[in-house]
Amino acid sequence: MIKTDVIVIGGGIHGCCTALHLARRGLRPIVLEKNTVGRHASGVNAGGVRQLMRHTAEIPLSMAAMTAWENLDDLLGPELAQNCEFIGGVGQIGLAESADEMAWCHTRVAEMRALGYDFEEVIDVAELKRLVPSVADICRGAIISRRDGHANPFRTTQSFRLRAEELGARIFERTRVTGLEQSDAGWTVTTNNGVFQAETIVNCGGAWAWQLAEMVGEHLPKSHFASTLMVTTRMPRFIDPVVIGIDRTLSFKQTEAGTVVIGGGILGDPQLDAETADTVADRMVESAETVYEFFPILRKATIVRSWAGLEALMPDVIPVIGPSRVAPGLWHAFGFSGHGFQLGPIVGSVLADLILDGKSPIPITAFSPERFTPEGTLRSASH
Amino acid sequence: MTVKARETCELAIVGGGPAGLAAATLAAELGVEAVLFDEQPTPGGQVYRNVEATCRRQDDLPAFLGADYRGGLALVERFRASAAAYEPMSAIWQVTAGGKLGVSQRGEAYLTQARRVILATGAMERPFPIPGWTLPGVMGAGAVQTLMKASGLVPDRPTVIAGSGPLIYLVAYQLMQAGAPLQAIVDTSAQPLIRSAFAALPHLSGAAGELFKGLTWIAALKAKRIPMLAGRNLVAEGTSRVEAVSFEADGRRQRLATSLLLLHEGVIPNIQITTSLRCRHEWDPAQMAWRPATDEWGATSLDPIAIAGDGAAIRGAKAAVPLGRLAALDAACRLGHIAEGERDERAAPERAALARQHNFRSFLDRLYRPIESVRPLDDATIACRCEEVTAGDLRELIDDGFTDLNQLKSFSRCGMGQCQGRMCSNTVGRVLAERLGTGMAEVGHYRLRLPVKPLPIEQLALLKNADRNSKPILPVVAGDPSQRI
Ligand SMILES: Cc1cc2nc3c(=O)[nH]c(=O)nc-3n(C[C@H](O)[C@H](O)[C@H](O)COP(=O)(O)OP(=O)(O)OC[C@H]3O[C@@H](n4cnc5c(N)ncnc54)[C@H](O)[C@@H]3O)c2cc1C
Ligand SMILES: Cc1cc2nc3c(=O)[nH]c(=O)nc-3n(C[C@H](O)[C@H](O)[C@H](O)COP(=O)(O)OP(=O)(O)OC[C@H]3O[C@@H](n4cnc5c(N)ncnc54)[C@H](O)[C@@H]3O)c2cc1C
Repeated sequence: MIKTDVIVIGGGIHGCCTALHLARRGLRPIVLEKNTVGRHASGVNAGGVRQLMRHTAEIPLSMAAMTAWENLDDLLGPELAQNCEFIGGVGQIGLAESADEMAWCHTRVAEMRALGYDFEEVIDVAELKRLVPSVADICRGAIISRRDGHANPFRTTQSFRLRAEELGARIFERTRVTGLEQSDAGWTVTTNNGVFQAETIVNCGGAWAWQLAEMVGEHLPKSHFASTLMVTTRMPRFIDPVVIGIDRTLSFKQTEAGTVVIGGGILGDPQLDAETADTVADRMVESAETVYEFFPILRKATIVRSWAGLEALMPDVIPVIGPSRVAPGLWHAFGFSGHGFQLGPIVGSVLADLILDGKSPIPITAFSPERFTPEGTLRSASH
Repeated sequence: MTVKARETCELAIVGGGPAGLAAATLAAELGVEAVLFDEQPTPGGQVYRNVEATCRRQDDLPAFLGADYRGGLALVERFRASAAAYEPMSAIWQVTAGGKLGVSQRGEAYLTQARRVILATGAMERPFPIPGWTLPGVMGAGAVQTLMKASGLVPDRPTVIAGSGPLIYLVAYQLMQAGAPLQAIVDTSAQPLIRSAFAALPHLSGAAGELFKGLTWIAALKAKRIPMLAGRNLVAEGTSRVEAVSFEADGRRQRLATSLLLLHEGVIPNIQITTSLRCRHEWDPAQMAWRPATDEWGATSLDPIAIAGDGAAIRGAKAAVPLGRLAALDAACRLGHIAEGERDERAAPERAALARQHNFRSFLDRLYRPIESVRPLDDATIACRCEEVTAGDLRELIDDGFTDLNQLKSFSRCGMGQCQGRMCSNTVGRVLAERLGTGMAEVGHYRLRLPVKPLPIEQLALLKNADRNSKPILPVVAGDPSQRI
């Protein structure tokens, strides 16, 4: 039996980052990961570091994350920070093709201004062409967030892991949590690789997080999906910003290696029990079509691989971050609904604050598990 | 010209080598609507590549190809005469567990739904990473043979063939017959061929003919005084291209200056499609290769998918024909064209033919266990040539705690280049297994997903027969672009 103060379940970016922040504040966290670190969503995502067009409830958290991305050196030290291949300031751009999309951009920016946020702007065709010379002449303009960028997801997750270990966290890979029990002595965590004990548990189980909640009799949404990406062979550099669609299925970026990673809401077939997901050619067509229309330069590029990752999807597309409704000493952080990589450096710090100080300086009430009924469905909109 | 996109086929056969040709022919003869897809322009596969064009020109039939190659013509003619449909120049870039194929044909792509699929995608040369193997002027012996068959190209520079397996003597013989300046053969196998061959001869009743053929090649090479050396620990030397090959023999290092070095350490099953299907695979220690698990009919762990020929395990061109026919019999039975009794009855002679081949093959397995690829790679040797990742780079990552094949891939990009790990999966697995002190079966192989052949975006964008309504129902309906996944 191994005893410690906090056990984090899940070796994705949020689990690793939570361990990092807890260790930074003097605790001795243990991360239990059923596969290997970064094996799931955190290691295989598109690497988009995007504030653009986020749900308004997520914006304070996302802004704090952006500042952390820009100061990765402080969090990770220079070598591991470099290893993340974070490229900020190239911007993420939402392309507006139709008049409706253009109108939406203006409304959105006005709403954001009213809320006091000014990082999004509407740009005209000339500015779009300046930033993205390869875009076809079918856009009326765009919406941009200039600080945004991208990073290497696998390397970033590993950097968080390595930093956490440097600070004293311990990581157990191939260690699957099969039971959670609470007694006066605290939590007893059963795994295929021994029994662990701690006062506090953090559930960063990604697509499987609801199963961990069920172990203590708590029902949270089980919904999940398989986001799909495809990648081309290396190409000469032709684009710096990340481009996404507004109403269209589009999202792509050129990586440091020169390959182009294409996504934009393509869905694969999730297989939670097999812990994998199949990609589906039929559903990749729409994305290829949009790329074909918007970026003629990519027509002849060849796709060499596709892949999909499993991710928990909340009915309101924002995460669950907060204390369990039934078991004191259990904290949840999952349900990032397809865009949790950008929040990577911040959620762990919020959890460390919650666990140690009982509160977070960043507003997070919107993410409370209390928004779900005891059966795990979303309460009505009045909430 | 736009291609005709088949929406369905009863039985799809992928690969037009001996296994695929035999399977398609017999299936069609039994009344199955069989369609054979092959990426080559003409039928024949690896071994009988381009056989129709070459053998039609009776007078100038290149002597190097020999009677065995011409034997493939009968197989192709019977296939042509059958009712099986033939789709040449068709690369299959996906096969799903439900039998949906992605076809890329003359610059266009389409999907086709098959009720059953026989994969007859054959073998590939075992990648042979010795120091210097990525230098220009170092090639696979099989690749050179392919060029000779496909376009009559014969090397005109001094050439050394090194490695093991029956193919090195065949290719050497063919090169010599074709007039290439062959300098020497360096055999890296544990036992010199001739001695062990004679020792085994009494046990090789049915296949003795095959063996005899191997011996005639060697005799012919001897007659031409081509040096046949035994050597180990090969190194390809040179700065901007290969200048020499060096090796150990009789306890000292020898060096042969050369400008073309042909390497070969046997062939291994091509498991691209079966790994993308997540079929069950087994590590075959005798052949030192992964192979998909199949039953006696070639059926895999997935219901509609079977495999025939070298794609299931290396058994050679002669065994590929009965294997193809067995898979066809089983397909005809499962598709309701023949009863089980008839299937089993017709299978008996095919199994007898296989048994004869089998003796010979297991003898060769023992004889040609590839010594060179058992040796640990030195740190400077490149493991993944697409992304230029060395064995040393990998060992450093392993020592840092990255002990999973797919983690190594994500971190170093090994296996992420143009060939998508086709070439380096086993090499990287081997470095990992050695470092961890475990076996290949434990470390596994790369995961792989569609497309198994590179697919241009324009072909995907214009994909025909795609199911546009194929979307799982998401519990979220987000009309607002900011409430996106
Ligand atoms: C293809 C794809 C593209 C994406 N693109 C972007 C993007 O561009 N930008 C962006 O911001 N976000 C993106 N995302 C979303 C982002 O990847 C996720 O929100 C984020 O990685 C979630 O991190 P996590 O740590 O919660 O989950 P995960 O990385 O899934 O980690 C959860 C871990 O918990 C482990 N676990 C679960 N149950 C147990 C158990 N019982 N015992 C032990 N371990 C357990 C799992 O094995 C897993 O490793 C994308 C996601 C995908 C799939
Ligand atoms: C380079 C090389 C040279 C060889 N030379 C000889 C020789 O000279 N003599 C000998 O006896 N044996 C030779 N062999 C061994 C020989 O390949 C086999 O024993 C025999 O050809 C196996 O027959 P098969 O039908 O299983 O596969 P193959 O003959 O290999 O046929 C497979 C066919 O499938 C096609 N194919 C593969 N993947 C796809 C795809 N995704 N889409 C469409 N088509 C696809 C290939 O293009 C090929 O035409 C060689 C092997 C290799 C790799």
